[in-house]
Amino acid sequence: MSQNTNNYYLPAPSLWPLIASIALFLMAGGFAMQMNDVASGSYVLIAGVLVFIYLLYGWFRDVIKESLAGFYNKQVDVSFRWSMGWFIFSEVMFFAGFFGALFYIRTFALDWISGSKLVWPNFVATWPTSGPAATEALEAMGPWGLPAINTLILLISGATLTYAHWGLMKNNRKQLTIGLILTIALGAIFLYLQAHEYAEAAFTMDSGIYGSTFYMLTGFHGMHVTMGTIMLLIILFRVMKGHFNTDNHFGFEAVAWYWHFVDVVWLFLFVFVYWL
Amino acid sequence: MSTTTATHHDDHADHGHPTGIMRWVASTNHKDIGTLYLWFSFFMFLFAGALALGIRAELFQPGLQFVEPENFNRLTTLHGLIMIFGAIMPAFVGFANWMIPLMIGTSDLAFPRLNNMSFWLMVPAAILLITSIFVPGGAIAGGWTMYPPLSVQNQSMSVDMSILALHILGVSSIVGSINIITTILNMRAPGMTLMKMPLFVWTWLITAFLLIASMPVLAGALTMLLTDRHFGTSFFDAAGGGDPVLWQHVFWFFGHPEVYIMILPAFGLISTIIPTFARKPLFGYASMVYATAAIALLSFVVWAHHMFTTGMPVAGQLFFMYSTMLISIPTGVKVFNWVATMWRGSMTFETPMLFSIAVVFLFTIGGFSGLVCSILPVDIQVQDTYYVVAHFHYVLFSGAAMSIMGAVYYWLPKWTGHMYDETLGKWHFWLTTIAFNVTFFPMHFTGLAGMPRRIPDYALQFAEFNMISSIGAFALGISQLLFLYVVIKCIKGGAKAEAKSWEGAEGLEWTVPSPAPFHTFETPPTVK
Repeated sequence: MSQNTNNYYLPAPSLWPLIASIALFLMAGGFAMQMNDVASGSYVLIAGVLVFIYLLYGWFRDVIKESLAGFYNKQVDVSFRWSMGWFIFSEVMFFAGFFGALFYIRTFALDWISGSKLVWPNFVATWPTSGPAATEALEAMGPWGLPAINTLILLISGATLTYAHWGLMKNNRKQLTIGLILTIALGAIFLYLQAHEYAEAAFTMDSGIYGSTFYMLTGFHGMHVTMGTIMLLIILFRVMKGHFNTDNHFGFEAVAWYWHFVDVVWLFLFVFVYWL
Repeated sequence: MSTTTATHHDDHADHGHPTGIMRWVASTNHKDIGTLYLWFSFFMFLFAGALALGIRAELFQPGLQFVEPENFNRLTTLHGLIMIFGAIMPAFVGFANWMIPLMIGTSDLAFPRLNNMSFWLMVPAAILLITSIFVPGGAIAGGWTMYPPLSVQNQSMSVDMSILALHILGVSSIVGSINIITTILNMRAPGMTLMKMPLFVWTWLITAFLLIASMPVLAGALTMLLTDRHFGTSFFDAAGGGDPVLWQHVFWFFGHPEVYIMILPAFGLISTIIPTFARKPLFGYASMVYATAAIALLSFVVWAHHMFTTGMPVAGQLFFMYSTMLISIPTGVKVFNWVATMWRGSMTFETPMLFSIAVVFLFTIGGFSGLVCSILPVDIQVQDTYYVVAHFHYVLFSGAAMSIMGAVYYWLPKWTGHMYDETLGKWHFWLTTIAFNVTFFPMHFTGLAGMPRRIPDYALQFAEFNMISSIGAFALGISQLLFLYVVIKCIKGGAKAEAKSWEGAEGLEWTVPSPAPFHTFETPPTVK
């Protein structure tokens, strides 16, 4: 296999892309049907999710096998790094869209609604608000209870992940494993507290623009933490199977980058959604 | 599947490739995937073109003849969505697939399987968009820009299907762009420095950046629209403290980079073709690169020129007017460089060159009408008139689509191993160019005279110009069948193409045989 070390790895024909296409088709079609109360929508959606899980399992299994077989040379590793970096940039822009919406509403839109005296003459722009047509007072989420604790949890989880990385670099598998388990536990606690916060919240997505932006931003962040925690779990399984060494562990690093990105998003959330 | 992966891998050296349907659905070959993209794009082009002919049939005469007003709205909406996301964008990705590895001297894209996924995600999105025509409530009808409150109030399931189709297309675009950017940054042949790359590769590098930066913002906007429709949020509802204009801001923050996503690769194609047939190197290569980057960066700070009449503070209007005007400077640099490349060249006028010269001329008209639209007081007059329709068809049809056609002729010999029929190619060029102008030039007049777009009927004084436009449109549509014929004829046979099919052509893609073998540059060439 001399070409594996000299030449860039070219995978053989694969059906995974087509399966991805089928999965997304079922998920999108099923979701559209389900939202519009078409009877079989939920089944199509669930079928799509199952195909999607099978896809992720199978495709990543192949990639991990190829990696262990040594098909990926240095240049492939650089490709992985570039692509993960650009993927995280795309995620940054995804959240930037929602933050932009939040800033636009708070800076411009509410002022304009209160400035126009025709429809809602008594509306005064304040933040948080559930809008001029709201009938009940809004009880917003304060920053210094659970959200502050959650900030601390995520910051510590970033440190424990770096601790795990140092363990990997020193080939100290025990430190690596402990660091990973701590990070996953902190991620799980964060998610539990976030779910608790949602359950206790006095407002919902229906509660005007405050509820809309709050749940959209924290909801997508929570989804990302969930994904990150699952990814860390898979890395932990791989570590326990003996994968990764000091030279070759981009899978670990990619997940770490992702986790730190999710951390940073939370800091923005804490400041602009909970605090200011 | 993993076992096949392992065994197949050993077979790479003998250059065998899968046959039958598996060759296409399971492909990991950039040339095959490029071919898939190009054919997909062409069929979507014909389909969305047929929708446009529905529009022009209705507008042939004043009054309502063929379609209900609601169906007219559906025609304009789907025509726009499918042309943009189904025809123009995939065509450029097809070129990127086929040509970038050949141009930078590498064996394939960085991630061949993800590349195939990017293509195969186009298919479910197209199915969702097209089948949405048949669901209760009918296809999405609020225009391709999907402005609320109309798009929130329209209870048809087709709106959700379209939103989710665009989400899937977004995933496809982002994955594809990451793949292309990684390929360009990491897989160039030794010696191929960034400033030695063919300009088409440069324009795609910058386009991929624009896609990665703007597509996620569209995804966010679409998500807000979906939750406003079904989950009770109030992003675009003033009663809940939201603002319908918010949609326009977020949408156009994506939408304006999107405009350049559809024109920058066209610039790259033109910059490849003109030097070949002028037999001179491209004039001002470095300035072309910087101009492309400048256009890309400016594209993020001009979005609200699409919304001059929706209401914003005067300071905002002035900012967006001046920033928009700034774009004409790097664009002017490009047009100047194309003309300067032709200056005193030993020019010949094969079909690709004819298309390229037409693009330089006609795109410039579209650029100038864009400059007219950027002037705030003028835009308040021409907003939502046929003047705008004329403007963006001069940039999107005679800019993007015609450069695609020219580039197809340019590389057909490399793809098929045969020369296309030059006489028929020239016929296709002249029919397309004349019919295009007959269709769209009169829209400048009807627009300035105040004829609103997206309305199935019009006042009697616009009758002549509309009749001329409709005749041109049908001629334009039928001419594209000739294009299809020329391409098929070229695939089936024709004069044998040499490795270097054009006398003045430069670049690594002309060092491999025609047709390009299934695997190329498995050992990268060294560029001096």
